[in-house]
Amino acid sequence: MSTTTSTAPGVGRDDLARLAEHWAEPRSLRAWFTTVDHKKIGRRYLVTAAFFFVLAGLSALVMRTQLARPESGVVSPQEYNQIFTMHGTAMIFLFATPMLFGFGNFLVPLMIGSRDMAFPRLNAFGYWVFLFAGLFMWASLPFGAAPNNGWFAYAPLNQVQHNPGLHMDVYALGLLFLGISTTSGAINFIVTALKLRAPGMSLNRVPLFVWAIVATAFMVVFALPALNADNTMLFLDRRFGTHFFDPSGGGNVLLWQHLFWIFGHPDVYIIVLSALGIVSAVLPAFTRRGVVAYSLIVLSIVAIAIISFGVWVHHMFATGLPQLSYSFFSAASTVITIPSGIQIFAWLATMLLGRLVLRVPLLFVIGFIVTFVLGGLTGAMFAVTAFDQQVTDSYFVVAHFHYVLIGGAVFPMLAGIYYWLPKITGRMYHEGLGRWAFWLTFAGMHVTFFPMHLTGLFGMPRRVYTYRSEPGWDGWNLVSTVGSYLLALGLLLVLVGVVHALRRGRPAPADPWEGDSLEWSTASPPEPYNFPVIPRVHSLHPAWDARTAESTTTGATAERVLSDGRRTLFTSELDARTERAVDMPESSFKPLVLAGALLVFFTAMLLAAYPVAVVAALVVAATIAAWLWPPRRPDEELGVAS
Amino acid sequence: MTDPGGVVAAATGVTALTTEEPVGRPTGWWGMVLFVATEATLFACLLGSYFYLRFQFGPQWPPGGVDKPKLLLPLLMTAVLVPSSLPVVWAEHGIRRGRRGRLRAGLAATLVLGLTFLALLAVEYAEDLKHFTMTTDVYGSLFYLITGFHGLHVLVGLTMIGWLLTASLRGGSFGSHRHERVRNAAIYWHFVDAVWVAILFTIYLSPRL
Ligand code: HEM
Ligand SMILES: [Cu+2]
Repeated sequence: MSTTTSTAPGVGRDDLARLAEHWAEPRSLRAWFTTVDHKKIGRRYLVTAAFFFVLAGLSALVMRTQLARPESGVVSPQEYNQIFTMHGTAMIFLFATPMLFGFGNFLVPLMIGSRDMAFPRLNAFGYWVFLFAGLFMWASLPFGAAPNNGWFAYAPLNQVQHNPGLHMDVYALGLLFLGISTTSGAINFIVTALKLRAPGMSLNRVPLFVWAIVATAFMVVFALPALNADNTMLFLDRRFGTHFFDPSGGGNVLLWQHLFWIFGHPDVYIIVLSALGIVSAVLPAFTRRGVVAYSLIVLSIVAIAIISFGVWVHHMFATGLPQLSYSFFSAASTVITIPSGIQIFAWLATMLLGRLVLRVPLLFVIGFIVTFVLGGLTGAMFAVTAFDQQVTDSYFVVAHFHYVLIGGAVFPMLAGIYYWLPKITGRMYHEGLGRWAFWLTFAGMHVTFFPMHLTGLFGMPRRVYTYRSEPGWDGWNLVSTVGSYLLALGLLLVLVGVVHALRRGRPAPADPWEGDSLEWSTASPPEPYNFPVIPRVHSLHPAWDARTAESTTTGATAERVLSDGRRTLFTSELDARTERAVDMPESSFKPLVLAGALLVFFTAMLLAAYPVAVVAALVVAATIAAWLWPPRRPDEELGVAS
Repeated sequence: MTDPGGVVAAATGVTALTTEEPVGRPTGWWGMVLFVATEATLFACLLGSYFYLRFQFGPQWPPGGVDKPKLLLPLLMTAVLVPSSLPVVWAEHGIRRGRRGRLRAGLAATLVLGLTFLALLAVEYAEDLKHFTMTTDVYGSLFYLITGFHGLHVLVGLTMIGWLLTASLRGGSFGSHRHERVRNAAIYWHFVDAVWVAILFTIYLSPRL
């Protein structure tokens, strides 16, 4: 197995020099604000999402501290409401999805053998919007104006007559703002994976991780509009006196729920599905073989993406009754059982048939399987209606969905962080530190959330800021709280591990794991242009394939793409035949300016400074016009990807 | 088919990396199609909300003494907007043959028709606002949200068209040989048209059924 690096023999010195020149970023601070490099943007997504994870995690610790003992007064009920809402909202919208987008941004172009995303400047714009929208939402907390109605913000409690103040305006505007980032990112992923795959990477050679990202991106395209429609109506109801969710004016509170769950149910899979993609990417390197049943896994990914649109009502079984709420993962887990069962069995078979290399990433994968299966089992229990009626809106639900989310999303992400850290930073992590981090997070997770099954069965409702001393509640709550501190300690160790790797880690080779996908055939960290020669792909495991290595080193593919411009290749959608070379855009201030203008717009809307909002909207339009302004050049020039 | 770069790497199965008539759809086309798909879903959600609220509300629709919508003006608006897709197609065809004059004339015609549509919408609103507003009841909320949102999309489409017209008058070439940007704006404009037809049925015709 040869590892090819960027100093491939077939590529001349001056080629490399020219490549470096074309793909060089402006020096100094300027580069910081103008970069369009997908690797930098991906890193930023990861760091920023991790930052919001820390904030949401600290909120969780505050909750657990408050709930450690009955009738304690660490926070007031109003503060508790804001903290648990920000915890859930941030975990879902500002951590889980953007974290996966971070992985996707860094990895998709590398895995498909491209030099960048299809729309690099749009990519940069998406990041800035994500950052600004996240800060926009968190900034409301110190003012006591944070959303306070749970992450699904049910009507009628989201209406201004029941919930005055800015709380739910922050929610509606913040999520609309963030949606711009998510949508543009999703479109970018789809087009990148369709058009920028290396020659020879036909659909049946696309890495499973890329499949997962593309499937979730499609889900974003078709699910997010429902949430946007919902939040638009909410904002109009609250600010301008419309009646969409207001029964006194002929509106209907259930409309909120329908639209929310048309989005919300797929969203759960947007998170879990791409996390499962990480698992499929990590396994080959630590089992020394390709994942079993590739086509079945692809089918199950597509099936999940489609099925998840048809079942939102299962979140609303209880809505015929006066109480509006219903457990939010409930039957979801039963529907996902079959396709995700296929994936679980495929991974188990892969592990059984392969030679296991028990490094930290594989530990997290095993931790994921154990935890996720347990979460899936409690999910199946919800399908029993009588049982569901019993535990709806109790801590049993909280236990269940944290098993799914931490087991099914956070553990795979941690596996991914350890796995790709050498590629991303060029440094190896410390194995011992990593093992400690694994065992602490794993133990902490189960000590925290297993007891919640019990408190839930004993009748403890969720979303309460405190409880009376009840037999069976006190002790287990204390255990949960202790567990949450263990978990926090484990996560802190992950952070320590990353910092340690950056400071002290030994330099990583191009391919420390003998991984199977193309990112391992680039330098660690990759050069700005990713590949000196766009590789030609011959199999599902190109990095294990000598023929790929050959075509990369001899420069056999598309020589002209090599170095005479900031260029990459377009290939055909299905079978990845070479179509043409395209120029990629240079770094630019416009993405930042555009995102900044949008921040001003949304802030002005929040503070009811409408004239300012109008001016900001005009700036937005002008920036877009300038962004797309065609260069003056003869018609026969190359096409430009925006 | 010329090959200005002189790059024909036959050995690798790559015919020509730079050609007069590039093969395959560009990324911009895919980007616009996906954008339109997500926008169309948004309108589907809004129109779905209309029917949901209408059927939850009860038999009398529009409620509370508001008349059923009049048809004359909306039909006139349809007659202006739907045909406006034609000059765009014509312009696009023209520029593909390198005829800038046709591009400009086609875009200008679309611009005029689109602006007429917006003027008619203003007339429609002026009449409606005498009878009900966004805050009267949920019918008013839906009516103004959906038509207003569409109006906004018309405005965005017109901005694109106007932008293309200005840029072409100043001699810009829109990226690639196929005039990607013209085609993308055309896709968006057709979408705005199609949505209007759905709105015509939902808002103006369905209460009369
Ligand atoms: C880091 C350890 C975590 C702890 C200790 C924790 C703790 C909690 C607690 C105690 C609640 C219940 C609040 C209540 O009902 O009053 C809660 C709710 C929630 N958590 Fe976590 N959580 C953690 C991680 C996560 C993660 C990683 C996610 C998602 C990726 C997540 C998503 C949620 C959601 C969506 C809610 C529901 C909020 C709502 O009802 O609006 N949590 N969490
Ligand atoms: Cu669901």
